Amino acid sequence: MLAFVLRRLAQSVAVLLTVGVVAFFMFRYVGDPINAMVGQDTSLQERDELRQKLGLNDPAPIQFLRFIGNAAQGKFGLSYRTSEPVGRMILERMPATLELSFCAAMFSLLVGVPMGVYTGLYPRHWSSKLLQAVSLIGVSLPTFLVGILLILVFAVFLRLLPSFGRGETVDIGWWSTNFLTTKGLLALIMPSITLGLFQLTLIMRLVRSEMLEVMRTDFIKFARARGLSNRAINFGHALKNTLVPVITIAGLQLGAIIAFAVVTETVFAWPGMGQLFIQSVQFADIPVMAAYLMLIAFLFVVINVIVDLLYFLVDPRLRSQGGAARVSGH
Amino acid sequence: MTAGSNQTPLLEVRNLRVEFPTRRGTLVAVDDVSFSIAPGEVLGVVGESGAGKSLTGAAIIGLLEPPGRIAGGEVLLEGERIDNLPYERMRRIRGARIGAIFQDPLTSLNPLYSIGRQLVETIQTHLPLSAAEARKRAIDLLKEVGIPAAESRIDHYPHQFSGGMRQRVVIALALCANPRLIVADEPTTALDVSIQAQIIALLKRLCREHGTAVMLVTHDMGVIAETADRVAVMYAGRLAEIGPVRDVVKNASHPYTRGLMGSIPSLGVRSERLTQIDGAMPRLTAIPTGCAFNPRCPEAGQRCTVERPDLMPAGVTRAACWLYAPGGVGAALTREAANA
Repeated sequence: MLAFVLRRLAQSVAVLLTVGVVAFFMFRYVGDPINAMVGQDTSLQERDELRQKLGLNDPAPIQFLRFIGNAAQGKFGLSYRTSEPVGRMILERMPATLELSFCAAMFSLLVGVPMGVYTGLYPRHWSSKLLQAVSLIGVSLPTFLVGILLILVFAVFLRLLPSFGRGETVDIGWWSTNFLTTKGLLALIMPSITLGLFQLTLIMRLVRSEMLEVMRTDFIKFARARGLSNRAINFGHALKNTLVPVITIAGLQLGAIIAFAVVTETVFAWPGMGQLFIQSVQFADIPVMAAYLMLIAFLFVVINVIVDLLYFLVDPRLRSQGGAARVSGH
Repeated sequence: MTAGSNQTPLLEVRNLRVEFPTRRGTLVAVDDVSFSIAPGEVLGVVGESGAGKSLTGAAIIGLLEPPGRIAGGEVLLEGERIDNLPYERMRRIRGARIGAIFQDPLTSLNPLYSIGRQLVETIQTHLPLSAAEARKRAIDLLKEVGIPAAESRIDHYPHQFSGGMRQRVVIALALCANPRLIVADEPTTALDVSIQAQIIALLKRLCREHGTAVMLVTHDMGVIAETADRVAVMYAGRLAEIGPVRDVVKNASHPYTRGLMGSIPSLGVRSERLTQIDGAMPRLTAIPTGCAFNPRCPEAGQRCTVERPDLMPAGVTRAACWLYAPGGVGAALTREAANA
């Protein structure tokens, strides 16, 4: 168990270093940072001095190590666009994105899992078929279109929900939250639905097919023969056996929600990291882009480690030493 | 032998008919099957694959897989009709009054829960016991089925047990609420031969001690001969013969049963080859008219191809065969009678 955790952590570090290499090469090959920092009338000598001072004349491996060292401490330098420290800029935007992603993930799980269980238990019922058909639409509609349609209906026609921004936020330390004001909560609804809809349908379809599979197994039949109640069978025995694949996909999708909040944040003018990233791309603001890249990679890695640990919680066969070898034996 | 024909039967199956509606018509998988099981009696049900023996068991515990359904007849448990009960009432009978054991112990247990949890939930579903009392009962049951160090093994997961040990756990699960009847569907088929004998001996001992009746579904005549009080032989969804185990094994009446017994190798008797029954059991879509066995029967007469025989007394057993028609008129003799 401990060996497993250490191995996973080592793998995570390897992944982050690889992403670090990509981020580092963005600096070296996407234009000359000196050009971006100084004016047109700066002399070549002054440029060389600045280059020397910033360490840009050092060999690439030394520069890379320095970059990684700084990145590990959350230092990504100054933004080319605003000359603010990149770390602080991202930290300011992070609560907006994380709260939005959290709501979208909750929406997709709390609606998607029950819908999947229902359609898996009653696959022939007409309402299951309807949900299946609707979910197909959810999977195939592009995010921005869903967002624009929601704005059209609920903001323009019905005037129920705000069409852009976070509404009112309350600061708790450096974290600004939507959760403490009515306007903030209202502002969260449409972006969360937009962001979570694809994942909702994905999770629903996954849970459905896993449930169909599990309901056919012998141990469910035997649980019925033992006279257990339907609730104990459906939720205690069947649902838990669908959890391993569902956790895997849900974990990956949580990362995807955070990373691809970009589109939703653009549609709803949501002041999060995704929006910051789009602005940075337009200005070729490489420090911000590099930092965003590293942060998303970091989140993915953390989520994946958590997912791996959750497997242990769910499946006892992984917990015991050498358990896998004995699964099929006598 | 505890079988007594004058007692009220524990289980009575009357003219049971199980159908599978398909696009190309209705398949009759179990056709007009009647038998009874006395309290404490072990009834073996034998037949080839597809003879309908497992479906009969599933119909009794009310767990036919849709679209299969009971299309006729009735099932009575201690005189009470149970084949038409609503799901919830039947659920309370399953596990409490009728236990079940399935073929493959490797897949019968939920891999994600400890065996203790699965025992306790079954006990608490049927008996009004506290968690601690249920756990104590679970440990006692595990001891009874021969799990060593039951106090610590109870918290282990199914994958930590061997196949034979898992089948012991399955038997403990079937016994949780001390049912009057256990439907055991091929309980030893998936096990090693050396383990089979242990499991059969265990099942036999437990049922004798608890006075539990068993409907033992298997295609293994050895297991039946070892365990059962009476045997029912099924062929193409119908009962071919039913009677005390000695008579069916040693002195079978129905030509099919005789063929079945002849195909069992026995040690000591050195015969050139085993006898075999020519042909194969008919598909459910093409069951012959008259006696379902007539195309393969060496003794078939004309009547056998026209009229379906019911069970009739044939010596000590009862056989569905015109050879034993009342009045001593055999199938061959009735050829003229049918012509006349």
